[in-house]
Amino acid sequence: MKLTQVRCGYLPLVDCAPLIIAKELRFAAQEGLDLTLVKQPSWSSLRDMLAFGQIDFAHMLSPMPVAMSLGLGGVARDIDVLMVLSANGTIVGVSADLDRRMQETGWSNTFNDPSAASQAIFAAGGKPVRIGVPFPFSMHRMLLETWLSQAPEYSEDRIEIVTVPPTKMADAMQDGDLDMFCVGEPWGSVAVQQSGATLILPGSRVWEFSPEKVLGVQRSWATQNPKQCHAMIRSIYKAARWLAQPENIPLAVEILARSQHLDLPDHAIDPALSGQFITKQGETPEQMDRFMVFHQGAANFPWRSQACWIADILSRWHSLDRDAARQIAQACFRSDIYREALLPIGVDLPAASQKIEGTMAGPTTVTSTMGQMILGPDRFFNGAVFDFDAP
Amino acid sequence: MQIDLTILVVERDKTKAHEIIDALMDGGWNNVTVISSPTALERTVKDLDPDIILIDLANPDRDTLEHLGQVANARNRPVAMFVDQTDEIMTQAAISAGLSAYVVNGLQKDRIKPVLETAIARFRMVEKMQSELDAAKQALSDRKMIDRAKGLLIRARGISEDEAYGLLRKTAMDQGRKVIDVATALVTAAELLQ
Repeated sequence: MKLTQVRCGYLPLVDCAPLIIAKELRFAAQEGLDLTLVKQPSWSSLRDMLAFGQIDFAHMLSPMPVAMSLGLGGVARDIDVLMVLSANGTIVGVSADLDRRMQETGWSNTFNDPSAASQAIFAAGGKPVRIGVPFPFSMHRMLLETWLSQAPEYSEDRIEIVTVPPTKMADAMQDGDLDMFCVGEPWGSVAVQQSGATLILPGSRVWEFSPEKVLGVQRSWATQNPKQCHAMIRSIYKAARWLAQPENIPLAVEILARSQHLDLPDHAIDPALSGQFITKQGETPEQMDRFMVFHQGAANFPWRSQACWIADILSRWHSLDRDAARQIAQACFRSDIYREALLPIGVDLPAASQKIEGTMAGPTTVTSTMGQMILGPDRFFNGAVFDFDAP
Repeated sequence: MQIDLTILVVERDKTKAHEIIDALMDGGWNNVTVISSPTALERTVKDLDPDIILIDLANPDRDTLEHLGQVANARNRPVAMFVDQTDEIMTQAAISAGLSAYVVNGLQKDRIKPVLETAIARFRMVEKMQSELDAAKQALSDRKMIDRAKGLLIRARGISEDEAYGLLRKTAMDQGRKVIDVATALVTAAELLQ
């Protein structure tokens, strides 16, 4: 079979694992694709490469395609989300200095209590807390806002959010440029090793099932190349399913560490996949379930309700009309293309393309194309519920 | 008429930075500042209030510039990406030269264009020089490696230098590999055996 060449841009983070596995274990080749992975130094350059046709697919932060489609940021384009590559996977850490001041307020780090942590952060006082995130349009920033703005002591001037590339987060902490960060692995663990930072919260404690990275593509390209889109969805779906098997984790760590794509040692890759985190130098590891989810609970399904959730935050930040923003965002999350790609190969899919976000306290049975499937949990730490169909 | 534009160049490589400054000065823009340290970026943008920021496309700090422009609650001067919808051809040219430009104060397009054209031309030239230099360095290091492999063969087999090279080349041809790859494998294996 002659393979079709496709190029996919990515940033070197553990959550690009489905792309690397799709290439290295030849899931892409089995679908007829000669997949070239193109490493990018920044989210801006990844976006520009996609917008100007230098790459066909891109590993993107889930808010990026929505922001671009809404005309926010440097380059406006209609970008479609073909699937979700991973759910969760962000981590929040504080500097050694802020950790000490938080402890002086009587707080102790349990790594799973958002309310106690935010209370301690604000009680620690001092200047506005300077927080690093990897990009202005990121789930990191959205989760931070969702979390911190709920604290009774919160006001806008008490935090300052700045953008620091993931690879430089540990350096920025070490230089005293940041009090706190929210970043994807391995850079949280690297900050612990390098700068003495303390991890205080996984992003999944703010929202238990947030879409983190997505597969983005230009809408015009998707329209012209439906076969390549379907083949890419199928190959990444299979790679994600492979990654979800616990017995494959050691091999996955080895493949990721060995591939030229990540250029990171095993011990940097391991925490995200095993869920074992050392929150502070010298401490014993904490186990965090569902830290980074590649497949379980229909994690790859591009829910239109998730697009709405992102649209609501963007419209608040940029004073846009909320309903118009929701419509544009929903059109980006292509659950229709995802279904077209996977239905013919007998994949069980959710019956609906949107759900009420935040209602599932644990694994929950829902109607699917083949009968029933299990989703969840997907709660928000403050019990918020988003029903985007409600009048 | 062009002198009043304040231009900030973000570039870590000193040679590259000098080339770009020279080109801009030659073009009549005298108000050019260069920074190499990424930590100074945010503060410099605030203090200098440049009209245009030129930055390597591959620089990870571009995301920080994006932030200064996009964050709704930013108290800094807005920074907008210039190379976008305004002029697609110019943008393509800039991107293929490995350059991106940010405009701070909503400058007129015709004022930005000559600056960008100068920078693109110089960027291309520097890139070309760099890749030629890299190629030369690579050729030199390849030759050193092949010499070491030849030395190993001469000692182990008691053959002449020409015969050693012939053997390397024949092995490479038989295996469908490059001579340098065979030589590297041989040297690596010899190091392991020592």
